[in-house]
Amino acid sequence: MAASGAFDEIWGHGGPEAPRPEFAALSQWIADTPPAELQRRQQAAEQAFRQLGITFAVYGDSEAAERIIPFDIVPRIFLADEWARLSEGLVQRVQAINAFLEDIYGDRRILAEGVIPPELVLMNEQFRPEVAGVRPPHGVWAHICGIDLVRTGPDEFFVLEDNARTPSGVSYMLENREAMIRLCPELFRDFRVAPVDSYPDMLRQTMQSVAPGGNANPVCVVLTPGHFNSAYYEHSFLADSMGIELVEPADLVVDDDIVWVRTIAGRVRVDVIYRRIDDDFLDPLAFRPDSMLGVPGLIAAYRAGNVAILNAPGNGIADDKAIYSYMPEIVRFYSGGEAKLPNVETYRCREPDALKYTLDNLDKLVVKLVDGSGGYGMLVGPTATRAQITEFRAALEAEPHRYIAQPTLALSTVPTVTEKGLAPRHVDFRPFVLTGSDGVRVVPGGLTRVALREGSLVVNSSQGGGTKDSFVLLDQGAGAA
Amino acid sequence: MRIAVDHRTHYRFSEPQARIVQMLRLTPTDTQDQTVVSWSIGVDCDARLRHGADGFGNAITMLYAEGPIAALDITVIGEVLTMEAAGVIRGSHEPLPPLLFLRTTPATTADAALAAFAAEAAAGEPLDRLHRLNAAFHARFPDVADVRDRGRGAAEAFGCTAPSSREAAQMFLAAARSLGVPARYVSGYRSDGSAHGAPHGWAEAHVAGLGWVGFDPATGLSPDESYVRVAIGLDAAGAAPTAGTRSGSGAEELDVDVIAEPLGREE
Repeated sequence: MAASGAFDEIWGHGGPEAPRPEFAALSQWIADTPPAELQRRQQAAEQAFRQLGITFAVYGDSEAAERIIPFDIVPRIFLADEWARLSEGLVQRVQAINAFLEDIYGDRRILAEGVIPPELVLMNEQFRPEVAGVRPPHGVWAHICGIDLVRTGPDEFFVLEDNARTPSGVSYMLENREAMIRLCPELFRDFRVAPVDSYPDMLRQTMQSVAPGGNANPVCVVLTPGHFNSAYYEHSFLADSMGIELVEPADLVVDDDIVWVRTIAGRVRVDVIYRRIDDDFLDPLAFRPDSMLGVPGLIAAYRAGNVAILNAPGNGIADDKAIYSYMPEIVRFYSGGEAKLPNVETYRCREPDALKYTLDNLDKLVVKLVDGSGGYGMLVGPTATRAQITEFRAALEAEPHRYIAQPTLALSTVPTVTEKGLAPRHVDFRPFVLTGSDGVRVVPGGLTRVALREGSLVVNSSQGGGTKDSFVLLDQGAGAA
Repeated sequence: MRIAVDHRTHYRFSEPQARIVQMLRLTPTDTQDQTVVSWSIGVDCDARLRHGADGFGNAITMLYAEGPIAALDITVIGEVLTMEAAGVIRGSHEPLPPLLFLRTTPATTADAALAAFAAEAAAGEPLDRLHRLNAAFHARFPDVADVRDRGRGAAEAFGCTAPSSREAAQMFLAAARSLGVPARYVSGYRSDGSAHGAPHGWAEAHVAGLGWVGFDPATGLSPDESYVRVAIGLDAAGAAPTAGTRSGSGAEELDVDVIAEPLGREE
């Protein structure tokens, strides 16, 4: 049954017998389609993904080095007005991220005015002095953002994490939709779903819009580390669907602070690079002298204003965990207004009031190390033992600045095909936001990840997570057609 | 003091290289107490040089050369006018705040021995304790030379004798940062009139109210007017005079000859 108290996005709080009226058509569809038929379609979709090669590698799992991510046939649906409000929040957040990056690598007003403790930025490995003082073409830093959201009620969305480096997953959004149109065409008659297949065009426009010097016909490329990378499918898919070259570092040369791509017909000047390579491996002269990877001189060409790099090097400081808790302040500082999309409430234990609250409510909170990852150094209050709580209390009192605390959230659920029939499973959501010199665009869709295990809140594909299509309706939904 | 610099870098390749891309930090910039009178970077092959700056405010020259290249000579000739300022840096272009220079890097991380040495040597007022630390390094390592080294990090070099000036400077950085003092590496020249196999390296530490102050553990003193500052960084690699990549197989031989000579005192 439904996870206790969680909001189901289709069934509401009422359960399958009393779905949210806007989604009556979906409930009807579910009722009309036998479970075996849902299973069959789901398998057909997964078969197609396998043939396309949309796989991901699980590191350290040699038995199944390449897997496909399980696909669930029941879509998740956003109403037009829900989406409109969500989009406003996303645009505001991404504009603030861009303003923050511009400031932090420039005048650093936000530090001067004491909004963020300077050491949190300046001593952070993610702040890259190598690109301080750079002004990227057209002043855009975070061209492609994936903002990870969770939902707890009809209008309660929270940002869990910002991804301003090289967010992946957009190929799932596109392939999931293609599979749904093929396997469940009736749903697209019942619902007016905003198309997502214009994403490659939007991305290409975004790339062209930031070409240095306003070149109307810029040469754009996708830069991949190579076919051994777990997201290589996405790299080649995007290059292919945009109709531009997919290149590896060895295909690019920098001469006279200008980037060129080697082709059979000779060298061609490159204006815009959508790179899917980490900063560390972009240019051995600028970042990692020990690295043999990368394009020597790329950062010099970038600094000289001769090439646009998406996303800008140095963006890691904007989506860093230590910075995350300051996002509401960052949004307020640059936009002048309150954040329309809130963070998950975060208590910074470096602040005395927050520390006191945390210590008083350890049994209800999740306590995390600011610089921890992968679940290490974490206390989940509601399931912790008395000994663990005692241990964390001591650690918090000794070094409060190293910890943050957050409430445990009741993530929303969406009906999902399981062995025992349809059941609610927890989901999160990654919408994609594009920023070019011509403005900010939110793609009407995104990647919904679903925790397939009953009661699980872990949506990661490496730990039993799957994906769903995410419908954005052009209207307010309706009853059965 | 008027100082003439002659800094030659010779690369020899066992097999011709198809392409060479290098980033050179070989050009000093002006401060209140240092004026570049003349400066030139010459390359003995058909190369394109582009001048710019990096995020630390260093002057950068990008060198792009197409092969086949069997050898590459980079010749720097220049003259600089300096004034005595007791090691205090005035009027330098500082794009990054001092706090950034509290960061450690793999080459400038203090181990327990180095941190204990720093804590013991450095007692007293902020400026005094840095001078004491500097003197303590000089007492421990009296023979520091401008020679090519094996690029040992601070912790490893601390356990050895006779570090290079570059290694000694990195030890000072590690020690200062372990005390909570922002510190940075400086690469440049010391005009003693004799030939060396590498440029000189020393440290600068940030002292509240005074700003950046130079400390040279090779002498145990602060730099005087016989020093020419060229580039700064978080460690020696970050301020390296030349950083390069080449396309081609085979081995590489590198020779460096540096002479900085005092030409006389300006009155």
